[in-house]
Amino acid sequence: MKLVTKLAPAALAVGMTLGVANAAEITVVSWGGAYTKSQVEAYHKPWAAETGNTVVSEDYNGGLSEVKAQVEAGNVKWDLVDVELSDAVRGCDEGLLETLDINEMPAGDDGTPAIEDFLPGTYTDCAIGTIVWSTIFAYDSTKLDEKPSTIADFFDTEKFPGKRGIRKNPKANMEMALMADGVPADEVYDVLATAEGVERALAKMDSIKDQVVWWEAGAQPPQLLADGEVVMTTAYNGRIFNAVASEDKPFEIVWDGQVWDLDLWVMPKGAPNKEAAMDFIKFSTDTKRLAAQASWISYGPVRKSSSALVGSFHDKPDLAMDVHMPTAAENMKNALQNDFEFWADNQDQLNEQFNAWLAK
Amino acid sequence: MTTAQTTIEIDGDSLKKRLDKAMFASRRRAFLLVLPLLLFVLVTFVAPVLYFLFQGFYDPTFSKLMPQTSAALADWDTVSEPDEDMYAALVADLIAARESRTIGKVATRVNREKAGTRSVFTSSARRAAKLEPPYKEALIGVKKNWADPTVWEAMKTASNTWTLGYYANALDYRQNADGSFQRQDASRRVDTTVGFGDWSFTVNLGIHQLLFLRTLQISLMVTVFCLLLGYPIAYLLATLPLRTSNLLMILVLLPFWTSILVRTTSWIAMLQSQGVVNDLLVFFGVTNDDGRFSLIYNKLGTLIAMTHILLPFMVLPLFSVMKGIPPSYVRAAKSLGATNWTAFWRVYAPQTIPGIGAGAILVFIVAIGYYITPALVGGQDGQMISNFIDFHMRKSLNWNLAAGLGGVLLVIVMFLYWLYDRIVGIDNMKMG
Repeated sequence: MKLVTKLAPAALAVGMTLGVANAAEITVVSWGGAYTKSQVEAYHKPWAAETGNTVVSEDYNGGLSEVKAQVEAGNVKWDLVDVELSDAVRGCDEGLLETLDINEMPAGDDGTPAIEDFLPGTYTDCAIGTIVWSTIFAYDSTKLDEKPSTIADFFDTEKFPGKRGIRKNPKANMEMALMADGVPADEVYDVLATAEGVERALAKMDSIKDQVVWWEAGAQPPQLLADGEVVMTTAYNGRIFNAVASEDKPFEIVWDGQVWDLDLWVMPKGAPNKEAAMDFIKFSTDTKRLAAQASWISYGPVRKSSSALVGSFHDKPDLAMDVHMPTAAENMKNALQNDFEFWADNQDQLNEQFNAWLAK
Repeated sequence: MTTAQTTIEIDGDSLKKRLDKAMFASRRRAFLLVLPLLLFVLVTFVAPVLYFLFQGFYDPTFSKLMPQTSAALADWDTVSEPDEDMYAALVADLIAARESRTIGKVATRVNREKAGTRSVFTSSARRAAKLEPPYKEALIGVKKNWADPTVWEAMKTASNTWTLGYYANALDYRQNADGSFQRQDASRRVDTTVGFGDWSFTVNLGIHQLLFLRTLQISLMVTVFCLLLGYPIAYLLATLPLRTSNLLMILVLLPFWTSILVRTTSWIAMLQSQGVVNDLLVFFGVTNDDGRFSLIYNKLGTLIAMTHILLPFMVLPLFSVMKGIPPSYVRAAKSLGATNWTAFWRVYAPQTIPGIGAGAILVFIVAIGYYITPALVGGQDGQMISNFIDFHMRKSLNWNLAAGLGGVLLVIVMFLYWLYDRIVGIDNMKMG
């Protein structure tokens, strides 16, 4: 014991003078705003405290362009990126990402091996899932006399007059338009795979086109609602939840017709600090960390063992998180999982048609 | 004697030589002085731009990663049914691409020619190693799309290393497997009205054609607005006493030195429906709370913000030209009996033409490639072609098409520059 206490200060001193080089600094890239904050609180800070490494947090708006540019130029700056499932699959196919083995992830707290503890489909050859998130629509309850309750209401400007905020991207919007037009959730992608289906979705969106304010970053929709620029907007559910929970905004989420998706960690090929980044992935996707993140934002953990630990909002003990998750039974009544393969196949063409429609 | 003669000869000879030497030395010095800049421009600007434009013609993805299939496709006439050898080559390439983790690149490449083929490639590649001959039936068993001749046509088009397809796409044409071109599908075209009032007519344009047209239209309008707003300001600055005009000049330069992002976002705060301008209009009773104007996130917003941002580019050359016009000319005209208007229009204005020319071309050419302002305030109908180039760079990752669009834009700018030179004359331009 004595030896340890004697050695410890010495080691510390050495660590301070020389050891800076030993402590790794990794760059972790995510979507900014309340979501990045939940990751910083639940993953970055505890990991940094435990390992002495530092995490540099950067924001982006999704997509693989930066990863592609860095990998192809041979100048990779990012160690980890939080991506959507379709980009994880595409990046893996195109050889832009390192392979990540699910079997290297820690077992659940109850001893279940990782491969069984992660929900099916929440990991791939190159990506380890963290959360389930959803595109929903939300409104400001002080601005509307009657409450919208279905996805069809979002596209009904006669019953609910006023501007609509929509992400400037066909993904999730085309699905929502079809569901609003009466297509059952389980048939949406079959319909959207046909030329008539695309026409139908665009025609539905056409009915509100002159009322649309387009957004691109996830932090924009709560702001648009708060500024009174729109009466309803599509948004990522966690952003709306946090505006309500931490800023007491009078926003309501409509879960009908939600389109849910996954976020996953990927490592760009040739990441500068592979070992530290790998350690960070293992740390952040263990049972406790995933559950801890769910106390900062209403995105559901992808580990079965984490679900039991999901408690209440971090500074509001009486605000239970489970009913605000996209995966809560009450919210899943009319829900659709984003079909990554459909989008990987069709996004180029649908983007072009969407852009042509936008320019009309 | 002999010694003197030789001296003269040597002198005569060496004078010419020395002159040559001196000339050569001064030329070499001039060249060496500009050499660092020349190298800098070549390495950091000319070479990357040329390399990028080149990508619009050159796409080796498919031919490099699927060599056997490409060779088989080269001999294919696009009409007859693909034979067993072609399927065998395809299976061999799929296995290799799967192993080298390049199948995604191949799939993305072919998917650009025919949407929906991406998963055909990736899922077939996953099972390719287990397939047994005859490969034709085996592959069609995995994915029945392999029996579809259009998939093979898409592969044939993709297998061209040197292609005009991207530049054709930038102009809304597509290249068929036999090398011919045709217009894009009607779903990617838009009916749009061109012209004013009685002279307007409807044309059916592709999305890129429409955006090129709109880019030219917005740039032209911004140039005209800048001239209308900038000319009186420049005139005022040039005619006021130095002390006052220097003070006012700061008001022109201050925004010029401010970041574009700051100025654009300030316009958002000013023009949004809950913004300053609308608040004032409601306050003064011009409109009510339900009738707030849409001043931003549309073409109007792009026009307002871009005009404001580019105004100094018009004012500064105009000012420096006007400053050089002696006031005695206008006085002389007036003393000879000209009215104020005649003196201005016949004597003053013609002398400002070099400034107008310089300002107009500066504003127009900067405007035509403008990107960040339309992206932030343009909404859906205020987007320009540069925003599309950005989209293909950052979102769709189709850099070859981005190169094609950029190349077309460059050709348009050069053509307009040439036209300008023919009509106005580049020598007539004066920056100061």
